[in-house]
Amino acid sequence: MDQGEPVLRPMCRCRPDAYLHRVTSSLIDIARVSRTYSDGSVALDDVSLQVVRGESVAIVGPSGSGKSTLLNLIAGLDRPTAGSVTVDGVVVSGLGEKASALYRRRTIGIVFQSFNLLDDLTVIDNVALPARLMGTSRRAAARRANELLGSLGLADRRDAYPGRLSGGERQRVAVARALMNEPALLLADEPTGALDSAARAEVGRLLADLHAAGHTLVIVTHDEEFADRHTQRTIRLADGRVVGATPAGASR
Amino acid sequence: MTAVAAVVAVTAAVLGLTLLHESTAPFDRAFARQHGSHLTAQFDATQVTAAQLTATATLPGVIASAGPFPTVTVTPSIIRGEQDPHGPPGRATLSPITVVGRSRPDTTVDDLTLLTGRWVSAPGEIVVATDADLPSEIGTKLTLDDLPGAPVLTVVGTARSVSLTADAWMLPAEVEALSQHVVTSMQMLYRFAHAATSGDMSANRASLAAAVGGDALTGSHSWLDVQQGTDRNTALFIPFLVAFGTLGVIMSVLVVVTVVTGAVGSGRHRIGILKALGFTPGQVVRAYVAQALVPTAIGIAAGLVAGSLLSGPILHSTDQLYGTTTSGVDPKVDALVAVGALAVVALSALAAAWQAGRLRVLDALAGRAPHADRGHRAAWLAGRLPLPRSVSLGLAQPFARPTRSSSMVLAVVFGTAAVTFAIGLGTSLNAVQAAKDHDNADVSVDTFGSLPGPHGIGPDGSPPPSIDAAGITSIVAAIDAQEGTARSFSISSTDATIPALAGTTTVFAFNGDASWSGYAMVSGRWFTSAGEAVVPTTFLHATNTSIGDTISLFFEGRAVPIRIVGEVFDPHEQTMEVLTDASTIATAAPDLLPDHFSIEVRPGTDISAYITRLGAQLQPLGLEAIPTGGNHGGSDTIAALDALTAALTLLLIVVSALGVLSAVVLDTRDRAHDLGIHRSLGMTPRQTRTMVFSSVTIIGLIGGLAGTPLGILVHRIVLPAMGHSAGVGLPRSVLSVYRAPELVALIGEGLLIALLGAALPAAWASRARSVDVLRAE
Ligand SMILES: Nc1ncnc2c1ncn2[C@@H]1O[C@H](COP(=O)(O)OP(=O)(O)O)[C@@H](O)[C@H]1O
Ligand SMILES: [Mg+2]
Repeated sequence: MDQGEPVLRPMCRCRPDAYLHRVTSSLIDIARVSRTYSDGSVALDDVSLQVVRGESVAIVGPSGSGKSTLLNLIAGLDRPTAGSVTVDGVVVSGLGEKASALYRRRTIGIVFQSFNLLDDLTVIDNVALPARLMGTSRRAAARRANELLGSLGLADRRDAYPGRLSGGERQRVAVARALMNEPALLLADEPTGALDSAARAEVGRLLADLHAAGHTLVIVTHDEEFADRHTQRTIRLADGRVVGATPAGASR
Repeated sequence: MTAVAAVVAVTAAVLGLTLLHESTAPFDRAFARQHGSHLTAQFDATQVTAAQLTATATLPGVIASAGPFPTVTVTPSIIRGEQDPHGPPGRATLSPITVVGRSRPDTTVDDLTLLTGRWVSAPGEIVVATDADLPSEIGTKLTLDDLPGAPVLTVVGTARSVSLTADAWMLPAEVEALSQHVVTSMQMLYRFAHAATSGDMSANRASLAAAVGGDALTGSHSWLDVQQGTDRNTALFIPFLVAFGTLGVIMSVLVVVTVVTGAVGSGRHRIGILKALGFTPGQVVRAYVAQALVPTAIGIAAGLVAGSLLSGPILHSTDQLYGTTTSGVDPKVDALVAVGALAVVALSALAAAWQAGRLRVLDALAGRAPHADRGHRAAWLAGRLPLPRSVSLGLAQPFARPTRSSSMVLAVVFGTAAVTFAIGLGTSLNAVQAAKDHDNADVSVDTFGSLPGPHGIGPDGSPPPSIDAAGITSIVAAIDAQEGTARSFSISSTDATIPALAGTTTVFAFNGDASWSGYAMVSGRWFTSAGEAVVPTTFLHATNTSIGDTISLFFEGRAVPIRIVGEVFDPHEQTMEVLTDASTIATAAPDLLPDHFSIEVRPGTDISAYITRLGAQLQPLGLEAIPTGGNHGGSDTIAALDALTAALTLLLIVVSALGVLSAVVLDTRDRAHDLGIHRSLGMTPRQTRTMVFSSVTIIGLIGGLAGTPLGILVHRIVLPAMGHSAGVGLPRSVLSVYRAPELVALIGEGLLIALLGAALPAAWASRARSVDVLRAE
């Protein structure tokens, strides 16, 4: 990626309220959430936390501490066994299958450790997919996808298939796809887990830039150094409980 | 999945092979099973004693015998309204029947199969033969008016004698009672060491006649005649059942191959891990073949059970068609299917595992198929179609796995072909029935053997009406004068002989144009002038003539040349008949009086009012006008065939939908990860269903487009084969039955089968939670 260029144009061009409402209310409100799996294992135990608009938060903790479970609950991919998850005023934990699909599509973008790109679609088709599922015309979706790919330094990879990309490139494509519908909230689950250190730094910078451009980020990682370097605040989980956090709004 | 597929495939294969098995020499097998009677002999009881008859069992050449059984011929009548609420009320006298006195059905020769009810055990009870022209409903009362006291018999069961030894059975003492305790006729049933040729049978009969002496042997029939008669009837159905049986077997093999290769193919990732751990390709193949065989074995067992359960009703129908009895699915069929299924599974697992075993470890670990790029182009193109994204994503899917998609297409092809064939066959059979009935007329009047009974005996025992020439003139006048009469014709019939040909030929002489009445032409045209005639296929064969030929009919020595101008479709027992204009034979056979009038009324005429008015005028002659088409007989066979067609078609649709289902399930499982990604990107359940359904639409359409012509082709081959076996040519109305709108619907049928098969996986995919599928990676 060319370091001299701004990574992203400010999102305010398309979504002015992202600035207007920042920090005025919490975007994510997790209230006394527990998640027990059918095999009896307790992944989350009475967790409460808030994330305000425009924040960049890292959720850290050892493997098996419930980080992914928490992120899945925020994404509406899973439901808590107790408590409630509210995002942008929507009680995510109470949504049906269809409503939660619509919620994901409009409100959040997700980036996974294993990229989760569709192997039989080209880079640009992968990136355009969320908009196309919303019914956006092919042309409009392609225009926006091109914009995103350009700003992420992937313009020349647009017609490649994911199988031909490096790990760092794949994760940048995944980020582009997550940003496609201009989500209020970007979620990432171990976004750097499958990357080497150079690529890790690259993605870290990208996330920091997104934050600077006004996005709200929740990043799950077990890499505390990465969390310290690239996010504003850290929430620490262990055995499904919040065991510590740096204060909200504290800047590093 | 492999187990489910094995159940379905084995069920279909058992049914298919059973149909094929039933269709090979149905008579011979049923005859062997019943220890059929080679010679059924009637003896004059006044000339030979029971002891003498029993002694014939030890004659040289006789290997088994049963009897003597007392025999009596009676003429039963039934109350018509009871059996057929639509028929005219009153007593109907049936044809005379032969009743044999037997205390038990399971004699050493002619071991009867009881089909309904039970065997006779008390006075006044009768068991009727299914092949006799008798009401077979249990509880039906048969009255013997011609016997003192008019005894009443109750039907308590129906039985089938493959050897056709009797019309009905009663207890021996009962038969003696019906014979006024003077038994005049005795029946013996024999099996001989040599009975294969008519020469053998003549010799057997001669030695028997000599043994009892004089004219004591009054009548006999050989099993060879029964065999010939039965085979002529059943030949019609053999091609039809063979077609269905073959389709069933092909489909079941297809389902198994699809599922097994698919199941092994989707184990690629695991195979990669195994190979990374150091498994040799041979070990991989062995592991996978063994893995495929375990669920298959379970599926085969379940399928054999399901197959024998389902074949019950189907065998019942084939028995009805073939006039045979079966004891269920032949163990040989079960064994063949089990071994065949295991072999097909092992072979396809071997092929698929061998291919997978040769994959590069890295490709296998990455879950990459050898030719993963194949799908890319289709996906790229589909993404550019002006369609919702969920549709275009689905449309591209079949191209990613061409082998699996082709097997789905094949499943749909066979399903559609089966439906197409079945619908065509149903239409053809109804056309056959319509052509046989040739009753486009609205009203008919019979002057002989009409109401109230076949023998013209009134309910009050009044004598049959006798219509003379003057009567006929007044009937014609009444019909012509009747308001609403559009056109009419009458038929008279007489016998003629043809030199060098045994037996008589029935000549039907038509007064008036009858070409509109529904006779279907196989070829040529209806007669239009004196001297022209149309004949059925059997006549052409027997006389070795063809259309355009002239042949002479002899009426008591007077020759009448007729020119054959058409081949008419008119199959029934009497195969030698000539249909011609009355003027053709007017001089050779004068004084012929019509015995039947057919009338067509003007459009808009109230037929029942017309019948009442005309009936009032015919009343003085003792005649009635009746609506035509109300008393179709002989369509039992068509009904059985219709039921069988429906059942077999349904079965093939299910099998083909299951073929699609198993392939889509595999595909959905392979795509579980992609599905999870889609869901995490906000694809709604409905969009997911749309995607899965879209993935089979192209398959359904191609399958429909290919299957419909295939079904038509099968129809084109099977129908003439059926006609050929039965010795009749078929008219166009029977052969060309597919119309354009039907064809469009039939092509759509393929889509329907595909969507049906995709329904379950679509529901599953739309409900699957993406956390689970993404985790399952
Ligand atoms: N689908 C599941 N079924 C059963 N247990 C699960 C499931 N998903 C996660 N767990 C368990 O819940 C705990 C938390 O898992 P997870 O949220 O994935 O942790 P992390 O992402 O911090 O490594 C672990 O003990 C894990 O084994
Ligand atoms: Mg995790």
